[in-house]
Amino acid sequence: MARKDGGDIIFERTLTVFPCLILLIVAGILFTLVHASWASIVRFGPGFLVTSTWDPVFEHFGALPFIFGTLVTSFVALLLAIPIGVGTAIYLAEYAPFKIQKTIAMLIDLLAAVPSVIYGLWGIFVLVPVMRSHVQPFLGKYLGFLPFFQGPNYGVGILSASVILAIMIVPFIISVSREVILAVPQVYKETAYAMGATRWEALRTVILSYAKPGIMGAIILALGRAIGETMAVTMIIGNNVKISASLFSPGYTLASVIANEFAEAATKLYLSALIEIGLVLFLVSILVNMIARFLIWSVTQR
Amino acid sequence: MVRHAKITDAQIKERLARTFRATRAHRRRVDRAVVYVLSCCALLVIFALFNILAHLLTQGFSSVNLEFLTHLPKPVGEAGGGMANAIMGTLTLLGIAVLVGVPIGLGAAIYLSEYAHKRFAYVVRFTTDVMNGIPSIVYGIFAYTMLVVPMKSFSALSGGIALGVMMIPMVARTSEEFIRLVPVSMREAGLALGVPKWKVIVDIILPISIGGIMTGIMSSLARVAGETAPLLFTAFGNHFWNASLMQPIAALPLQVFAYAISPFDDWHRQAWAGALVLITLVFIINLFASYFVARQSRIFAGKAA
Repeated sequence: MARKDGGDIIFERTLTVFPCLILLIVAGILFTLVHASWASIVRFGPGFLVTSTWDPVFEHFGALPFIFGTLVTSFVALLLAIPIGVGTAIYLAEYAPFKIQKTIAMLIDLLAAVPSVIYGLWGIFVLVPVMRSHVQPFLGKYLGFLPFFQGPNYGVGILSASVILAIMIVPFIISVSREVILAVPQVYKETAYAMGATRWEALRTVILSYAKPGIMGAIILALGRAIGETMAVTMIIGNNVKISASLFSPGYTLASVIANEFAEAATKLYLSALIEIGLVLFLVSILVNMIARFLIWSVTQR
Repeated sequence: MVRHAKITDAQIKERLARTFRATRAHRRRVDRAVVYVLSCCALLVIFALFNILAHLLTQGFSSVNLEFLTHLPKPVGEAGGGMANAIMGTLTLLGIAVLVGVPIGLGAAIYLSEYAHKRFAYVVRFTTDVMNGIPSIVYGIFAYTMLVVPMKSFSALSGGIALGVMMIPMVARTSEEFIRLVPVSMREAGLALGVPKWKVIVDIILPISIGGIMTGIMSSLARVAGETAPLLFTAFGNHFWNASLMQPIAALPLQVFAYAISPFDDWHRQAWAGALVLITLVFIINLFASYFVARQSRIFAGKAA
């Protein structure tokens, strides 16, 4: 070890400030959220989460419609994104020739870099018209007996928002799953091939079962992003405080109600209720991320 | 009994062979079908990307011109006008964000890789991971309550700081990773000559890993450049030039958002143009990131040899 001189001590002490600052910021976010939403927490209690009234005029606030909207859009988005994302990841990691793999991985990184407001713009002018004139009438015609595909077809609504979310989270599912699949030890794959397995059999029986927790982690990480995603959803979900079984109907999410109403929240309680929604988002995202990190870590560290 | 068994034996063999051939063909068919299905998944993703880019280019190019890049927005109904103030605004916000995010992120990275005790480092790393997952709109609320409320005004400063805070975890994680890659032998060479540890860090470790550090800075910058949600109630947007950092400021993503949800065709065209400029900016910053990462890996490859 080098002997410590004065400069060393000052340098180390100064640097200590920065990681502490990071801890302080996260603690600060939690504190300010709780502090600023205290009025609403005291007024509505835990009932805030299960009340479906959202009435700024009479100052009665409940977050259920937004929690519902967030859960439904995220769930449908995952339903669409998981098969496509995991399928692409498997293709890239196990089938694609090296050059194609590199190129596609680069393109997918580009897709991940597209800002969310641009997805929203594309959603408004490209996706929504397609949903309104082709996809939703089609679903209504053939699956209309299900409550999910009934009701008026505006184009904007929960289904369109879910499709946009799916496109946005697919790159994350792909890049993390691909990493996890590539981390499966070569010797396991070779063992399967030596037993006479086809590529698909080796994949199904050995590789996927090994990589499963990591892929789960990737999916939950993507779920975290879907829950917190704001702009694109706000632009095409229709922003309507209503709980409806139909995926065609306009809805609202936790993040989009904050984005839409925060700047115009006139009273203290209104603002406080919106910040409490922010607090819910914060806590949920921390929980989801912790689970995801743990799952990914359990595969890549083995 | 024996004769009987002999006959069935042959039959069984034949039947087995037949099933084996059949299953083998079947297994091969399944295998091939899976390849098709999987490559279709990949194609679908690529299709989405190209569809978005194609619309950006075709819709955006017709409206991006010199006037768009150098003029203020015009009121509704008047043709022309541009987003010069929003472009400047985004650059200003990114400047503030760098001033906030880089020192804290880099300082933390150096401390974590060179000094921190294992458990403390673990806690901080975990916290940065958590920070990475916090929805961007929550950073907006944070900056609003910490800065906008006390200052009693939406401001460029609060927006820039919100973006800067978002940069911290990305800068910290990437920089730390690259600093750790500097070979131990190089640190030891410095220490063995009696150079104090802080000088080893400043004069040896940082210059070697600077490419990696720049990669972290650039990729985090690219991510926050397109952020809209944290700016909604901090930077707020502005139709004119920003006079002071204490005043609201325009930003490209905010402008694109406002124009996209407006009911005017003129503004929709402007939104596409703004989006094209924004994504060009993001991709350029990302290009710098890949330039730096390539440079860094060349350096590490050279040193390791």
